[in-house]
Formats: sequence, C-alpha cells, structure tokens
Amino acid sequence: MMRFRMTLLAGAMMAAGAVQAADVATINGAGATFPYPIYAKWAEAYNKATGVKLNYQSIGSGGGIKQIKAKTVDFGATDDPMKGEELEDIGLVQFPAIMGGVVPVVNVAGVEAGKLKLDQAVLADIYLGKIANWNDAKIAALNPGMALPNKLISVVRRSDGSGTTALFTDYLAKVSPEWKETVGAGKAVKWPVGLGGKGNEGVASYVKQIDGAIGYVEYAYAKQNKLAHAQLKNKDGNYVQPDGETFAAAAANADWTSKPGYGVVLTEQAGAKAWPITGASFILVYKEPENCAATEAALKFFDYAYKNGSKLALDMDYVPMPASVVQQIKATWADEVKCDGVAAMAK
Amino acid sequence: MSNTLESSLEADKTHMHMNRSSRGFAMGDMVFKWTALFFALVVLLLLAGIIIMLAKGSVPAFEAFGWGFITLEDWDPVNEIYGAWAALVGTLVAAAIAMLIGLPLSFGIAIFITEMAPQWLKRPVGTAIELLAAVPSIIYGMWGLFFFAPWFAAHIQPGLVATLGPLPLIGGLFQMPLLGGASGVSVLTAGIVLAIMIVPFMASVIRDVFEIVPPVLKESAYGIGATTWEVVWNVVLPYTKTGVVGGVMLGLGRAIGETMAVTFIIGNASQLGSSLLEPGTTIAAKLANEFNEADGLQMDALIAMGLLLFIITFIVLMLSKLLLMRLAATQEGRKT
Repeated sequence: MMRFRMTLLAGAMMAAGAVQAADVATINGAGATFPYPIYAKWAEAYNKATGVKLNYQSIGSGGGIKQIKAKTVDFGATDDPMKGEELEDIGLVQFPAIMGGVVPVVNVAGVEAGKLKLDQAVLADIYLGKIANWNDAKIAALNPGMALPNKLISVVRRSDGSGTTALFTDYLAKVSPEWKETVGAGKAVKWPVGLGGKGNEGVASYVKQIDGAIGYVEYAYAKQNKLAHAQLKNKDGNYVQPDGETFAAAAANADWTSKPGYGVVLTEQAGAKAWPITGASFILVYKEPENCAATEAALKFFDYAYKNGSKLALDMDYVPMPASVVQQIKATWADEVKCDGVAAMAK
Repeated sequence: MSNTLESSLEADKTHMHMNRSSRGFAMGDMVFKWTALFFALVVLLLLAGIIIMLAKGSVPAFEAFGWGFITLEDWDPVNEIYGAWAALVGTLVAAAIAMLIGLPLSFGIAIFITEMAPQWLKRPVGTAIELLAAVPSIIYGMWGLFFFAPWFAAHIQPGLVATLGPLPLIGGLFQMPLLGGASGVSVLTAGIVLAIMIVPFMASVIRDVFEIVPPVLKESAYGIGATTWEVVWNVVLPYTKTGVVGGVMLGLGRAIGETMAVTFIIGNASQLGSSLLEPGTTIAAKLANEFNEADGLQMDALIAMGLLLFIITFIVLMLSKLLLMRLAATQEGRKT
C-alpha cells in the first residue's frame, strides 16, 4: 500500500517533471532490497532538506540491473557488483553507497545471543550437511563448557535470489574448498541441504520457529527479530561479534581500487576486528546519461547521503562509506559521468 | 438440453423485440452483439499472446537442455543447469493431496447445506464458506507457517510416521524427514493448507449447482423411498455433473497455480525428497522466489516452467471435458 502510494505520487511527479525537465523533482531508482530501509530514510531527510523526492523500488539487485539497462530509472542498485567489462560494455559507472553485514543466527535451546562460536570450517560443514547435529564434536570443540543439545540441525537459507546469499556463499566458497567445488557462489545456488525462506523475513521466521535451526540474515533483521546471532572466527583468527565496528573494520583494509567499479566483496578480510561476512551495496548510473539532469540529481542525492547520512545509517546498523572512499568516489564521478563532455557534478 | 432451451428463449425474445420495435432497437442490438464479441475476442487474444510469449521465452531453455529440461531434477544457478522435474512433481503432488482431502470435504459441505441442514443453519454456513473464499492467500500462508506447520509437526507428524511409515508401498511417503523434522514445513502440509484454501471455492460452486436441481425431481425420488444418499447419487449428481466438474476444476486450478501460501509452507527445496514430509517446491513457488533476481538462462528456464504450468492447466481442462463427454455418452447409453 505504502509503495503503491509512493508510486502513484512518483507517477504524478514524473508527469509534472516532464514539463520542466531541467528542474528534477523526483529521482527514480530501483534495485537491491538490502539497502532499501536506509535509502528510504535518506530520501526522507533529503526531501526535507531540498524538496526533491526519491522514488526507490526495492525489486531486487537483478531487477535493478535490468531497469538501468532498460533506462527506465535514473540509477540502479545492486548488492552483487557488476564486473568491469560488463560495466564498460554498457557504459555504466558503479560505486558503493552503504555497507552492512550478514550474520549467522541460531535457535538452539540454552544458547544465548552472541555466545555460540563458529569457525569457517564448521559453518561450511553445517551448510554442506556434513555436521548434522548440534552435539557434534566439532561444534563442541569450539565451545568448551557450553551445553549443546542432541538435536538435528535445521539449515535455513534464502529461497529467492538475493545479494545476501551472494555474500554468504562468496564467504563459504572462500573458506571452504569443498563448498567452492560442489556448490559455488551466487545470488542463488544449489543448496545441498536446507529449507528455503523467502526474503530476510522468511529466513528469520523459520529460524525463530524451528528448534535447532541455523540461518543467515542481514544484521538489521537479526536485531529487529531478536534472533540469537553467533560469533565468527575471522581471517586473523579472532572471534568477533557482528556490529558496526567489526563491519567497518572489514572495510578499512579493503583495497577499493583493486576492482573496477569498486566491485570488491568484503568477505574474509584481514584485520583483527574484521567481521568476515561484510559487503557493500552498489549504485549504477550511466557515464553519458540521456537524461543528464536526472543523473545529476541522483548523484547529488548520494553526495548528500555521504555527507549527512552517516548517523542515520549507523542508527539502522548499516556502515557508512569511509571518508577516504567517498573522496575516491567523487573523483570517479568527476572523471567519468559526463554530460555533453562536461562533468555532471562539476560544482 | 438447458442450453438449447435458453437459446430458443433468447430467439423468442429477439423476435418479440424485432416485431414491436423500431430500427433503433435493432441497431442497439447490433452494437451490443459486436461489443460482446469484441470482449470475447479480447480474452482469446490475451490467451494467444500469453502462449506466444511463453513459448518464445522458453525456446533458449529447451535449446539448452532439450526435452530433458522436463525430466532433469537439477536446479543449479551457479553452473547454469536447470531442470523442471522437482518443481513439476511438487506441483502435481501438492495439488493431488489438496484434491484428495478437499474433494470429499467440499461434497460433504455442499450435500449438508442443500439436503440436510435445517433452514436456519443454511445461510450462516453458506456465508461462512463464502467468507473463507475471500481470505487472501497470504493469510493462509502465514497461518500455515506460524501455526499449522509447527502444530502438525508436533502432534500429527510423529503419529503418521509411526503408523503409515512401516507400511509397504506407501510407507516410503511417510518417513521422518532427515532435515530437522521439527519444522513441519513440507509438501504434505502445503497440500493440506491448499486443501483448506480450495474447499470454499469448490463447496460454494457445488452447493450452488446442487440448488438448481428442481425440487420435483428430488421429491419424486424421496417419494418412492430413496434415501438422502440415493437422491444425491442418482438424481442430484447426474443432473448437475457439468457444474460440479466445473467447480472441481476451479479448485484444482487454484491448487496448481497457488503461489504465496505454498511458498510459505512448502520449504522451497529444489531437490525431490522421497517422503511427503520433506520440503519441496512447486512451479508457481519457484517463479515467485526466483523471478526477481533471475537473468540469462535462469530467466529462460523460469519462463519455460511457466509454459509447463500453462500446459498442465490446459491438460487438466481437457481431461475434465473428456470426462464430461464420457459421462454424457454413458448416460445416453443407459437411456436407450
């Protein structure tokens, strides 16, 4: 209903915008669902500050890429970064807007939030179906003194294609050769075991309900649903709790320029405090947009978000982009997004 | 029979109009006729459009996997290997369970309301059923996921496994699922919730057609000493069979195509379990889950599954027509 009303409004605004194209009243974007809550918050603040509206359809990363390819939106959003050559082919610029973490959540009798410790091999083995009971010696070895029940593990994962899954499977493929070999990484994979829940909500509700379940969700969903998250062992060998600090630590050591379009995946990063399943969500705009004013308006929105949106992001358990990266992104805008040969953001 | 009666009545009416009316009246009739024809053609055009688009969209999938696409169980987006088998079987099995439970229930309800219920009870029960038909499917899905599935897993599933599990032949269908088992999320629970969803549709249609049976027919049967069952079986059913089959097909169609509720309860596992208590998936659930994020061959494979769903529905409709024709033929035979 809410979105329907927003669309209606956007439709009306678009009709109005067509008359005076130079003055963009509405920015149209579509794509990833994971950053949708924070984009909506930013949009609200931006609208108050400037009067410009953002109409963002959270239809999924794949949908976002499709929409920007079809030029029906001013920017596309994707959790799964597009590859360099593909960006070149279509003439798109990609940059990260926000970061977040994926956390394993469990429902095991007697296990409180943040108490259970898992390492790379054990998490991969659980998702491979090789560790099938909570009283398995391998889990017990990581959690001395914890009373783990004799209970079958119900593996829960996403049934829909999703950026969250892309991050999670990318992590598993990095830490487990067997996972890489037999399953691989992607927005949807051929899961060896498990129940599929639709969306972060679907996974959260399965985990909440099934005694002995383990799942993975965006951190914000784990928090909202008060699910018991687990600690993970990171690349440096430390057990870390998921929070803004450890997500930021994962991003701190990343070499953003190593991949075209900032397309680094922040899983299993080095760093004493780094949370191993961290990722950024990306924005796509055209290098030489047909509707220049609209693209410019979109960039201005993200410029505003980088500058003023950090507190909102932290409140909602997202991680804002570090200042150094924002500098690089702005340089990229100036270099690459051109209107009739002039940088769109040359102001 | 009733059709020819209707059309002859219609013809009489037009004659009457023609006789006493002016040209303007005939003109109005023409406009009405063409408008109606136009609307009917729009439906056909839409149908043709859907078939063409589905067929066109599924060409790459069939080119990549041949007819094996239908019988391939794999669904592996990472390696771009797609097969429809698990979803196809899941669709048919869940719908079959729904019909197995829903059909007798619907008949019972319809017979009770039309033949046995006291007058004061008919309306409340009838209205309640119609209200049930208006409940959005997501509600059934949530109810199934949050309430029914856990309850089923705790109270019914262990009993089923203990009693039906050891039986020969069907025992394999009732083995404890390897996976957790406590969730109750399975093909069987999805089928049961589907049954609950389609009962209101089937029951209200069947009730409506039962009610058009002329009382004189039933009363004569009662008069010569027939029991309620005999009246229903020998008088009501033969008189209403077209409508009844139509109602049943409506229910079956919904069971095959239902998306949201099934997605919630069936567990969305792309592997085919041997037991009904294992999670599975259906074509509609798979489409709902993966359409958003799919591209390339995965999208083609999903569209091809859409085509399969369309073909299944078509076959079901055809079978129902055949059934009706067969029924009509045997009845003709009986009369002579």
